[in-house]
Amino acid sequence: MHNFWTIFGIWMAAFLTLAIFSFLYKDNPFYKFAEHLYVGTSAGYMLIYTYFLTIKPMLIDPITQQNQWILLIPAFFGIIMLTRWFPKIAWLSRWSIAFTVGIGTGLGITGSIQGLLVPQIKGTLIALHGWNGATLNNFLIVVGVIATLTYFYFSKEHRGFVGKTAKLGITYIMIAFGASFGYTVMARISLLIGRMYFLFHTWIPLIK
Amino acid sequence: MNIFERFEKIDRRFIFLLVALAVLIPLVLKVTMKIPVSSPVVSAFNAVDTLPRGTNILISVDYDPASMPELQPMYKSFLYQCFEKGIKPVMIVQWPLGLPLSINTMQEVANQYNKDAKAEGKDTVVYGRDYVNIGYRPGGVALVVGIGKEIRDYFESDYEGTPLDSLPMMKDIHNYDNFALLVALEAGSMGDIYVQYANARFGLKIILGMTAVSAPDAYPYLQAHQIIGLLGGLQGAAEYETLMKRPAYATMGMTAQSWVHVLIVLFILIGNIGYFISRKKKRS
Repeated sequence: MHNFWTIFGIWMAAFLTLAIFSFLYKDNPFYKFAEHLYVGTSAGYMLIYTYFLTIKPMLIDPITQQNQWILLIPAFFGIIMLTRWFPKIAWLSRWSIAFTVGIGTGLGITGSIQGLLVPQIKGTLIALHGWNGATLNNFLIVVGVIATLTYFYFSKEHRGFVGKTAKLGITYIMIAFGASFGYTVMARISLLIGRMYFLFHTWIPLIK
Repeated sequence: MNIFERFEKIDRRFIFLLVALAVLIPLVLKVTMKIPVSSPVVSAFNAVDTLPRGTNILISVDYDPASMPELQPMYKSFLYQCFEKGIKPVMIVQWPLGLPLSINTMQEVANQYNKDAKAEGKDTVVYGRDYVNIGYRPGGVALVVGIGKEIRDYFESDYEGTPLDSLPMMKDIHNYDNFALLVALEAGSMGDIYVQYANARFGLKIILGMTAVSAPDAYPYLQAHQIIGLLGGLQGAAEYETLMKRPAYATMGMTAQSWVHVLIVLFILIGNIGYFISRKKKRS
């Protein structure tokens, strides 16, 4: 047996789902209400989350309970990020941004080379001998990589052999876009299934 | 005006209604269909299934309610499989709104498993001894690299505030070396981060469960053996449920999914035929 607040939550969720769906008919005040409520609630939720799951356990508690005064330095850099609101001292925020960009670049370069570029090149060095399905797949991969890279090679005019290879490259890219679009359709329909399941299972128990 | 020209002028709301019906009818009528299982999902299943009892695995719950219909069934299946096989999962969350989802689902699956286990006379699972949720911390790349050295540098306690060292299961867990693999359920870019840092730098084996939108981007990782298994969207979740022999929400949803796909293909065909016929008419 559900308690009052669970039932209230289900009805509220059902109302908001239908209010958002009503946009499919045409724009209306119910849709606008649900949209604004979503934006406001999300902002409030994130504010609370940021305080209780980031600022309190990672800054306030270590300083007040464990005397980790060193954390005042990152706290200072965090606070001066907010100086962008005040034009006269906005330049202070550049220190924090410089720090963030430096860390991001350092981590990004190593991650991209060690975790993406090298393993992906290794993934292209594959066997092309023998007559079987695996070899055909490998052949398609190798040709696809070369053709796609050629399409993005702009130091030579795309004519003759280079032009034909680039055309093959764009064909590969289009197939990838097609697969990606197909998956996107599946994703969106999955979300619709999720909402319909909620409406006709949890709210109106039509789906047993 | 022929039928195709009429279709061109059809009210788009009629199409929305047809799509809604294509979803609702198979769900209400409980129409079932066979789910063929793909090799990336089989690899993922076998990787977990063949782990010895007592092995620790890390499950990263990185999604919010918007991606729940696709990723939640995967999370439930992985958890249930862990409990059945005596594997000990540690949940970690990198999306703030994923925390309540990770906790509620963990409790729901544990309760369901314990109910089934009691009925079958098996051992039940206990929080802290058989599974742990260390909660959410921000940090992205820095966090993924950092917990490769010591989890306690970032997570001193679990989601309830219980110190990690007071949880029996966590006493000997310090970094990726103590996990057999990572199951990353991803609605965003955290999957890339795990592959590029946790796998490349620390050699952690990874299974990715992705939303259908992100799944195509993960196939190069699979081909280059940077991940050992891949579940893409609702289809991947349904395949996993099939392998688990526990058909549930995803399996039911895939029938509706297939009906809508047929409908969309029909719309595309009708639209294109109509377009070519009307273009031919205009030219003549």
